[in-house]
Amino acid sequence: MAHHAPLIAPRDGIAAELAAALGADLIDYSHAVDEDSITVKRDALGGVMVALRDRMEYQQLMEIAGVDYLDRVERFEIVYHLLSVTRNHRLRVRVSTDEATPVPTVVYIWPVAGWLEREVFDMYGVLFAGNPDLRRILTDYGFEGHPQRKDFPLTGYTEMRYSEEEKRVIYEPVRLAQDFRSFDFMSPWEGADYVLPGDEKAGGTGEGAGKGAPSPLSAEGVKKADDKGGKA
Amino acid sequence: MTDRQNVHHHGGDMFEGYPIDHGATPGDLAVSNYTLNFGPQHPAAHGVLRLVLELDGEIIERVDPHVGLLHRGTEKLIEHKTYLQALPYFDRLDYCSPLGMEHSYVLAIEKLLDLEVPARGQYLRVLFAELTRICNHMLNIGAHVMDVGAMTPNLWVFELREDCLNFFERASGARMHSAYFRPGGVHQDVPEKLLADIGDWVETRLPKLFGDAMNLVMDNRIFKQRNVDISVVSKEDALAWGFSGPMIRASGLAWDLRKSQPYDVYAKMDFDIPVGTKGDCYDRFMVRVQEVYQSARIIKQCLNEMPSGPVASNDRKVVPPKRGEMKQSMESLIHHFKLYTEGFHVPAGEVYVATESPKGEFGVYLVSDGSNKPYRCKIRPTAFSHLQAMDMMSRGHMLADTTAILSAIDVVFGESDR
Repeated sequence: MAHHAPLIAPRDGIAAELAAALGADLIDYSHAVDEDSITVKRDALGGVMVALRDRMEYQQLMEIAGVDYLDRVERFEIVYHLLSVTRNHRLRVRVSTDEATPVPTVVYIWPVAGWLEREVFDMYGVLFAGNPDLRRILTDYGFEGHPQRKDFPLTGYTEMRYSEEEKRVIYEPVRLAQDFRSFDFMSPWEGADYVLPGDEKAGGTGEGAGKGAPSPLSAEGVKKADDKGGKA
Repeated sequence: MTDRQNVHHHGGDMFEGYPIDHGATPGDLAVSNYTLNFGPQHPAAHGVLRLVLELDGEIIERVDPHVGLLHRGTEKLIEHKTYLQALPYFDRLDYCSPLGMEHSYVLAIEKLLDLEVPARGQYLRVLFAELTRICNHMLNIGAHVMDVGAMTPNLWVFELREDCLNFFERASGARMHSAYFRPGGVHQDVPEKLLADIGDWVETRLPKLFGDAMNLVMDNRIFKQRNVDISVVSKEDALAWGFSGPMIRASGLAWDLRKSQPYDVYAKMDFDIPVGTKGDCYDRFMVRVQEVYQSARIIKQCLNEMPSGPVASNDRKVVPPKRGEMKQSMESLIHHFKLYTEGFHVPAGEVYVATESPKGEFGVYLVSDGSNKPYRCKIRPTAFSHLQAMDMMSRGHMLADTTAILSAIDVVFGESDR
């Protein structure tokens, strides 16, 4: 461990403690990058959180984060970050859901969850069953869509300006003066797997499809190519 | 937790301290509660906050804060930038303590990369993080006393804030949006004269000017009348509402991430954690005042112990070479070009890194998919949880107390709304 990020001492025997406290509601426990995370059953979330607070001493809910994994069946992961001020330890609790299935609220366990859940609802459209005040929070009054979803464009759909004719602020569909530029900086030597314009022509000359012009690789080949150039 | 369930249902038994006579006498008009809109453009709102207040006379019955007027989609933008390009967005979150915001982010990246930072880089980061804390508290303390009616101390402590900003400028070239902390260390070394000047300032000017300004306020009768016993928050409430930083310390919990989960060289620093006894607005104010002196102690230790050597990691696959080097060496040129276009790749994984920013626990939940851009970067602001507790903290208080409560939260909307 070379980094200097906040030092959290490992909690001895946490895996066994969690297994005992949560029983069948615990789907998975992992310890990665010096952090403990668990995945639990969505419908059992309320009971799990009460057990974690009362039996495992995680008194504080610091954060609820949504993450969108487009390729999963249940695309949204809701990530709760708990903190124990008595044991000086952090725990990450994950549940997954999709657009339609609500997640049980934890607002009755930690009142701070009210706004945190509102934010996840606003950004991802995830529903929280039992939250008494599930309104949008960060986006504009009357906003449509859920901007943090991976399929929501960075530019959004509407833009607003003050209209001199109408003497009020009006909303219009986004009109970009210049095409949105998304640069792909991934190294072409590793990773990126795409066909450059013109590559398809290479396939017709008897070489393998997608291959560029052959380059002389051996020293002899280079010499031959030079000789040819010299004669011409 | 049945008492929690009542949080959103306000019953009549909330105001035991404020007996309301319901018996009407002849000639009285029945006055119903009315709703007052506070902000979004109000000098005491510390930015763009809209509070919808439900009042019974001058007594607050319910507060509904409307946030998000400064929402800029930072988290979405970060997903479309390389790790280095995303860094300046953090300066613009809490623009009163920009380096505190950068600190969490660079530590999160370093944790995923498992990157070592040279000692001088760590000391410089701690030094400037503590200067940022002083800078932030100068603004908050000044604004707090001004919100409850005093003018002079604000002008005095703003002098000190100006000094801090000048130090940032001399270190990074920018007064506020410094982008000084980088993954692997800091951007550039500081001149020796700057360290000497900070040393002088912390020994002489800071304690004198700050001490004078606080002498005007701390025992002032009017200031105490406006703050003592206003919005008392118990330890249990502070935990349940996700408080952190000076807010939780004022409630009597000696919880400071610099002590309990030390990062960079905080483990070597000797400082105390000031705590409150009552958890009212006055305690929150006084905790911040004491923290300024503790930060000054840490700065002095940093200056005394500051080692020489490189300020950033020599791992050329993460930290780009300096421009001078780039002009001389082909290898440096390649690294420079690659790191400023493609950037570095971060191994797949996820971390939640929280540091003690001047306002409380500022966390970054970073999810990497192994590419050169963060897959998800969730920012845990401090003010979001504190502001949510506005309703709980203001109930039963007078309308005029709203400004004191809000000031004692120390809210900045760049951070809260992201």
